[in-house]
Amino acid sequence: MEQKEHQHKGMGRRKFLKLLGAGAAATSAALYGCGTKSGSSVSGTGAGEVPEGGMTMRDNPTSGDKVSLLGFGMMRLPFREKRGEIDQEMVNELVDYAMAHGVNYFDTSPAYCRGLSERATGIALSRHPRDSYFVATKLSNFSNFTRENSIAMYRKSFEEMQVDCIDYYLLHSVGGGDGMGLLNARFFDNGMVDFLLKEREAGRIRNLGFSYHGDIRVFDYLLSRHDEFKWDFVQIQLNYLDWRHAKQINANNTDAEYLYGELAKRNIPAIIMEPLLGGRLSNVPDNIVARLKQREPAQSVASWAFRFAGSFPGVLTVLSGMTRMEHLQDNLRTYSPLKPLSEEEFQFLIDTAKLMMEFDTIPCNDCKYCMPCPYGIDIPAILLHYNKCLNEGNIPQSAQSEGYRKARRIYLVGYDRSVPKLRQADHCTGCGQCNPHCPQGIDIPKELHRIDAYVEKLKQETL
Amino acid sequence: MAAVFFVSVTMLFLDFAGVWHGWFGWMAKIQFVPAVLALNVAVVAGLVLLTLLCGRVYCSVICPLGVFQDVASRLGGRFKKNRFRYSPALSWLRYAVLVVFVVASVAGFISWAGLVEPYSAYGRMASNLFAPLYRWGNNLLAYWAERADSYAFYETDVWMKGLSTFVVAVATFAVLAVLAWRNGRTYCNTICPVGTVLGFLSRYAWLRPVIDTSKCVNCKLCERNCKSSCIDIKARRIDYSRCVACMDCIAKCPKGAIRYAHPKTVGVQEASSSRQPDGARRSFLTVASLFAVGTWVRAQEKKVDGGLAAIEEKKVPERKVPLKPAGAKGLRHFTAHCTACQLCVSACPNGVLRPSSALGTWMQPEMSYERGYCRPECVRCSEVCPTGAIRPITVPDKSSVQIGHAVFHAENCIVNTDGVECGNCARHCPSGAILMVPSVAGKPDSPKLPVVNEERCIGCGACEHLCPARPFSAIHVEGHEVHSLI
Repeated sequence: MEQKEHQHKGMGRRKFLKLLGAGAAATSAALYGCGTKSGSSVSGTGAGEVPEGGMTMRDNPTSGDKVSLLGFGMMRLPFREKRGEIDQEMVNELVDYAMAHGVNYFDTSPAYCRGLSERATGIALSRHPRDSYFVATKLSNFSNFTRENSIAMYRKSFEEMQVDCIDYYLLHSVGGGDGMGLLNARFFDNGMVDFLLKEREAGRIRNLGFSYHGDIRVFDYLLSRHDEFKWDFVQIQLNYLDWRHAKQINANNTDAEYLYGELAKRNIPAIIMEPLLGGRLSNVPDNIVARLKQREPAQSVASWAFRFAGSFPGVLTVLSGMTRMEHLQDNLRTYSPLKPLSEEEFQFLIDTAKLMMEFDTIPCNDCKYCMPCPYGIDIPAILLHYNKCLNEGNIPQSAQSEGYRKARRIYLVGYDRSVPKLRQADHCTGCGQCNPHCPQGIDIPKELHRIDAYVEKLKQETL
Repeated sequence: MAAVFFVSVTMLFLDFAGVWHGWFGWMAKIQFVPAVLALNVAVVAGLVLLTLLCGRVYCSVICPLGVFQDVASRLGGRFKKNRFRYSPALSWLRYAVLVVFVVASVAGFISWAGLVEPYSAYGRMASNLFAPLYRWGNNLLAYWAERADSYAFYETDVWMKGLSTFVVAVATFAVLAVLAWRNGRTYCNTICPVGTVLGFLSRYAWLRPVIDTSKCVNCKLCERNCKSSCIDIKARRIDYSRCVACMDCIAKCPKGAIRYAHPKTVGVQEASSSRQPDGARRSFLTVASLFAVGTWVRAQEKKVDGGLAAIEEKKVPERKVPLKPAGAKGLRHFTAHCTACQLCVSACPNGVLRPSSALGTWMQPEMSYERGYCRPECVRCSEVCPTGAIRPITVPDKSSVQIGHAVFHAENCIVNTDGVECGNCARHCPSGAILMVPSVAGKPDSPKLPVVNEERCIGCGACEHLCPARPFSAIHVEGHEVHSLI
């Protein structure tokens, strides 16, 4: 209850304008010498050319690092599904392209991509000079909290990434489970925080921080000990939907407005994750597409979300999990250089978020932390198919709805295409082993059973 | 006409979306043996009348196996012109096969008798050999459609439903194709029990091809092009018991000496059969098939993000009484009426029906729930069955027909083996026959295990199919000898 008071008061319009002003100044500072490769008249429009050398850079106040505003998230790397391995060639290509266009921050974790991300990141980055990039990884001790396991995980990261110092190290995803209890079990009872502080002193960790989802008491507690721990940065989820609606979407979460405000107060640089909500802010309902495209026909829907996250001056870098070259190029265009939101544009996105809240999409960002389900269910695929059909208007409410037959076919045929039959929601046992892993706090079995009941009605035509 | 019937009946076996049955389902129901088994007096009487009027038109137009042989025969004819010759009828063999067929059918070995029954023999070929090709073709289209973001095609499963039935289908196909390729309608006129019965009638047919002896010049073109080998020009006779009224002879005769008419109007003598062995040959094929068996990994500690746990394939539990679909009334009715044509097996959209390998009910369909369960909204098998082995029922009727009941096996249940909550069987039971009850009386917090109310259970198999325990489900459905209403 007390925390709620923080919200909606965090930042007034005037204050925001002030912040934007500072942001714009920082941006123009980074504009020196920028120009497109060919010098043609392309100006960052739509499928236009990707400018080289124009990337907006931000300064880390503690270490002085000059970090690119676009950070590369190594969580959604391209996979060769049949072989069950990362498509390393593609990763190399993406990383080379990103670095050639000014990206220098790469964020991974021992848990990402079925545990294969760190190694792939290491292989791609080790082909470049060590001083040309910053690498971030995390202590992802989700199931085994012992000191031995945690330290082994920490040491393995150096090996996997072929480095002798980690630029940014995070306590991974604090605030999950029961909040404080889990925090203590993972990082305090086993002495890991003290261990990591010593490692920072020794120079093997250059910046120490944490990434946060969920219980706000954990966030507030860790910040309350900032004087002691001297957090170099904090990673939070921030986007125009979560700015004021995070709590509305899920009562366990906290609006990004409050989180950012708390960090700004203490002058702690913020690293932004989920600026695009796993694609939910690029794959939006038709009326939202129309609304955004009407204003900026040449800009992608996703670019609005990136401009939103990047416009805050306290943001060090905005992470994007880029699977395909097109994602990377679109984001590079948005940030080379960043065109900060005007106050009017900011309000426009806040209003857009309000409109989006009318859609009942499931807040799954396809992070796959819930996977693998021990009973073989493909959880994110089921939720995403539901969201896709919802966005496209293919969730009929009754058999009398307009276009019922077509929507029914699209839902059912598409369901079998997206999810093999044995991995569909009707096989969910409801054991609940997935729930503690969801950073968005979705009650996964409940949603799966709801979708299953809906599919059953479609199949039996009893809607 | 023949082509229309042939394509339509074949489509009945190929079409898995169930569209074709709405329009052409009757084509399976006018097949002779299915109509007899279904006690469909009108159809049988109609076929008898048709034969008495026009001869064995049934064999050259309605029977898909007959047309199939014509296709094979015509392909063979590409290489050799005027290749047939008259051969005397093997009447003893024809009547012996007919007697054995009737005795076996009455004695309850109808699925064995069905080996030589033309419609079901064709059905086995169509569902085992042609349907997989059709479905692979469809899956290719579905693959393209998916890439084109179209929902016009959807992918279907292609799987080996029963090895012995598949082998029978391949053997039937090979034997008939070779026989027809070389000698035309040998099967129809020596083995086929329907051909024998209709042949008996067609001797007295009102209209039939007759030779005008005054015009005939003994060129033997008709004899050498008769796929039934039933024209004896030396004697100027036609064996009408074997003539399938294909009219090829009429088209071939350069003198117009053969007319399709009543004999009296032409005025010639009738044929009779003589005895001499025919050179029919047999060939055998053996077939091996491959089974892909999935591997699996048990519930593992979560360490990393993403990936899918492997799913072990389910194994068929031992059922003391086999499961038959609602509408079959019970084992006895079903076994006595089914010719094992596989039409229902092809039509089942849920992968439930497959041919039995038990001796007494060989090739007749039975149910199992590894690939799906008998879904409440589906009565497809009862709609397509031409013999009345599965009587037509409605969707509401089906919900109250008890074909079996569920049996729980605590030792397999994941509540016991993995120590987690489940209840997926109870959640999906369409008749509310499964309750989740605390395993320790008086302790509401103790782990909940399913209990089955046999009175309510209809045996649909939702629980068995959706049970997470693998390879054997923790709940399986046991069949009932006689289906009942609840």
